Amino acid sequence: MGITFEEYDVIVVGAGHAGCEAALAAARMGAKTAVFTINMDSIANMPCNPNIGGTAKGHLVREIDALGGEMGRCADKTLIQSRTLNTTKGPAVYSLRAQIDRRSYQREMKHTLELQENLHLRQEEITDLLTENNKIVGVKTHLGIIYPCKAVILTTGTFLKGRIIIGDVSYSSGPDGLFPADRLSESLKGLGIELLRFKTGTPARINRRSIDFSVMTEQPGDNPIVPFSFEHETIDREQVSCYLTYTTEKTHKIIRENLHRSPMYSGTIEGIGPRYCPSFEDKVVRFADKERHQVFVEPMGLDTEEVYLQGFSTSMPVDVQIEMVRSLPGLENAQIMRYAYAIEYDCINPLILKPSLEFKKIDGLVSAGQINGSSGYEEAAAQGLIAGINAVLKLHNKEPLILDRSQAYIGVLIDDLVTKGTKEPYRMMTSRAEYRLHLRQDNADARLTPIGYKLGLISEERYQKFLKKQQAIEKEIERIRKKNITPSIEVNNFLERCGSAKIKSGVKLSDLLKRPEITYESLREIDPDRPELPASVTEEVAISIKYEGYILKQMQQIEQFKKMEKSLIPEDIDYNKISGLRLEARQKLSEQRPVSLGQASRISGVSPADISVLVIYLNAITRRSNENDE
Amino acid sequence: MKNRMDSIAAISTAVGNSGISVIRISGPDSFVVAEGIFKGKGSFSSFKSHTILYGKKIDPDNGSVIDEVLITKMAAPKTYTREDVVEINCHGGYVTASKILELLYRQGIRPAEAGEFTKRAFMNGRIDLAQAEAVMDLISSRTEKSSKIALSQLEGKLSVEVNRLRQGLVDILAEIEVNLDYPEYDFEEITAEKCSVRLEDIKEDLKILIESFSFGKILREGMEVAIIGKPNAGKSSLLNRLSRKNRAIVTDIPGTTRDILEEYVNIHGLPIKLIDTAGLRQTDDRVEKIGVEKALEVIDSSDLIHLILDAKSGFEKEDKDILEKVGQYSDKTLFVVNKTDATDPEKINEIRNKIPEFLEISVLEDSGINALECEIYKFVNKSRMDTDNLVLVTNARHKMLLEEALEGIDAAKSAIDKGMTLDIISMDIKSAADKLGEITGHMVSEEVILNIFQRFCVGK
Repeated sequence: MGITFEEYDVIVVGAGHAGCEAALAAARMGAKTAVFTINMDSIANMPCNPNIGGTAKGHLVREIDALGGEMGRCADKTLIQSRTLNTTKGPAVYSLRAQIDRRSYQREMKHTLELQENLHLRQEEITDLLTENNKIVGVKTHLGIIYPCKAVILTTGTFLKGRIIIGDVSYSSGPDGLFPADRLSESLKGLGIELLRFKTGTPARINRRSIDFSVMTEQPGDNPIVPFSFEHETIDREQVSCYLTYTTEKTHKIIRENLHRSPMYSGTIEGIGPRYCPSFEDKVVRFADKERHQVFVEPMGLDTEEVYLQGFSTSMPVDVQIEMVRSLPGLENAQIMRYAYAIEYDCINPLILKPSLEFKKIDGLVSAGQINGSSGYEEAAAQGLIAGINAVLKLHNKEPLILDRSQAYIGVLIDDLVTKGTKEPYRMMTSRAEYRLHLRQDNADARLTPIGYKLGLISEERYQKFLKKQQAIEKEIERIRKKNITPSIEVNNFLERCGSAKIKSGVKLSDLLKRPEITYESLREIDPDRPELPASVTEEVAISIKYEGYILKQMQQIEQFKKMEKSLIPEDIDYNKISGLRLEARQKLSEQRPVSLGQASRISGVSPADISVLVIYLNAITRRSNENDE
Repeated sequence: MKNRMDSIAAISTAVGNSGISVIRISGPDSFVVAEGIFKGKGSFSSFKSHTILYGKKIDPDNGSVIDEVLITKMAAPKTYTREDVVEINCHGGYVTASKILELLYRQGIRPAEAGEFTKRAFMNGRIDLAQAEAVMDLISSRTEKSSKIALSQLEGKLSVEVNRLRQGLVDILAEIEVNLDYPEYDFEEITAEKCSVRLEDIKEDLKILIESFSFGKILREGMEVAIIGKPNAGKSSLLNRLSRKNRAIVTDIPGTTRDILEEYVNIHGLPIKLIDTAGLRQTDDRVEKIGVEKALEVIDSSDLIHLILDAKSGFEKEDKDILEKVGQYSDKTLFVVNKTDATDPEKINEIRNKIPEFLEISVLEDSGINALECEIYKFVNKSRMDTDNLVLVTNARHKMLLEEALEGIDAAKSAIDKGMTLDIISMDIKSAADKLGEITGHMVSEEVILNIFQRFCVGK
């Protein structure tokens, strides 16, 4: 068999964004953990866009941080530009996004892993999962070494049978020129796991010195910088800009003339690519009327001249790529350092997972990130964190952590994957969240930090700080609700200046704050005894009062939703014995085995009538067992 | 899943032209709501359980009497569902029953789903699983059967129309959402005004659908035929003859019928609601005056009007006044000349000069009644043909969901007017779309995302 080495509680396969969070969470919760990577210098790599956050993704980062994950802290330390998107579109969709110094991020994350107690880093490729009676007992590496373990977390990203396609050239490869993991797929298939083939892609990287920025629109960062992590109050740092340019008629002509050379259209690529991240040739074909498309030029870091062309992903042959890039204003003399490519990789159908991210059929096997059909660093990290937590909870025979759709974007993400499945790489969007007004980035700590604290991922010090912040928020809300404002000349002058109706009789300060044209900040003028509070507190105070009615409405919807989520379905239920179920529902339910009535109701092919039948059946079982107890 | 502790209500007698309808309410709020809408000797709460009481159903909003009813009070647990149950026996016909039902919904009672009383009976341990399953099987098989009958055509059309409106909302949502999820891209930003205009269009169509509910009942419940005419033309006699009952008091004193009388009759297998009205004339009698006003309302709301003329008295000034009043309803008016037994050709000619076409009947001699019934039958079928191209809402649950969707649109419009942000506006539009989705069985959020990717060029 080979040599048997050190035994672990948890082994993490891959050290990307999912793997790092999984390994850190497991180790921090006290499990003896090892994280394996094909290349020690590619830990926490960003092989695509050099940024973290954005709509819904920024929310995920805040949630990861609130639970005690690492991504937010690491991003804060290494960001080189920060912006809050959607500032005019409402608090539910305010979204932080930062440009990251890619190499610094990797260094920072690697060092954090190295410093972590209970965590070993190993540069070896995992080739086999070892099981006994469908239970994980260890892994085997390409060096023939066996590491016994109790749980394995698969975070293989795009490495599994990775294949890069550039025009008519294609070769076996991981992302960013790294080695692929070619052998693990066979081992997974041997365990009866069906594999799918997904595709993604990345645009070219250009040497900044060959670009004329004077014809582009500069996009500077925001001041002050708003940190991702709730641990950081402020970040004082010089920022760098991004630039915006547009494709031209010439660019589109190049695409049209060379379409037959695109592997997407000639059939070389079999993998299913994401709709939200189409290659540029896709954009030109599908949106033929659009005269120009945006291309954002983003820095890859401070100590490099490489820049990234957001919006310009392609799998065209290199000669076409050069022509395409050079048709962009400002990029006429562009020197391409890395060509754009498409990459295909093996992944699983996430329907075979429990909401805890454990495989339904293999005990001790957990997976997170792109292998589960998702896309994006933040989506990966969020799942990695939950996978790490649940691997350890399972070792301790504890209930897994399952966040529901009303608690966190993380809950929406995982529920979507394991309940509805995905036919393309899944990206988080705010429109996927039903309870968006509650799942804001400003209150992620209120939603999740108590959970992180109970798990041991949030320190006592941080938890006390969190409690103080919550108290400060409540106190200030209370004060504003109680404070009377009289119709003085001063007040009415102020209102007039804000373009707001004057008051004739006394009102509460909170009534004024509810007016759309009035902000918490502007009210300072007529609210002299206001206490000095940090921005993180005042933001939540202002939102809580301003949107009170809507938040209340949302909380009522959540209450209804929770009832269904709390109705658990016993694991050993036999759907074939429930005569009222329609055949399709019986099959889908037997296959997917939902944990709750709520999850069952979201499975496609299960109708409300089927759910009623299920309710009746479940009540009968409960009643019978109650009677037996009596 | 709906809260198991809420209260539900439904008509529990078969739909159709039965003499009495029973409405059943079950759940913790049954008694409180019954108390509010019941007016009898003494308060509802003072009555003993399992007794039947006589009283009137009133609308608590305005105190108006809906119907005389018998009400049965049954306290938990000795009831069908083991919850507090109230049963209301009201006068026959779907119309009164559904009026009471709508009143209950307004008081916070929820429409019962198919088989829900049985489900509750089971959940509360009154019947066992096998029994409950048998009932559920019956319900699902009945649904399957009924989906094959004529109504399915109408319901199919309804889903097409509801889907169209929902699609309109989904389109707006996608335009909002793409701006929220892809803030950096250069799409045309949807403006609040544009959004408002499009919402208004959908709202108007939604209103038409909701209004069709009352018309939709014609197909299920038959139609309302108003019998009008000057005093003592023989309206009540005709009602009695058609219903083969002696419900209306008939005398030869003009103005005997002062209130509205309703009777369900079966004409060639079709349910028809006959409404006998007070004779239309100028009167100083206060009570009679109210009757006349009501008659005018009935003329407006009924599906078919029988204008009764008197062959004995010929065409008088009162007839002329009435003719003027129904002028605008000419396409639903059938002229009937009664008392042809006492033929005075001149009087008939007098009428013929004013009204070229009419049916001649004599209630006294029982002649022409068959022909009249045939005319009614033909008219019903004609209006059925007309409705082939109409979308009708026939189900109270659908109507309620449409009304809730309308509320969502109104909320969105008011949020726009108040200058709220897009995330808030989107919340209300989504809730409206979700309500419509409950009728057609669609998930909105996934469609919005699909729509975004189809219509907008986004991605890195």
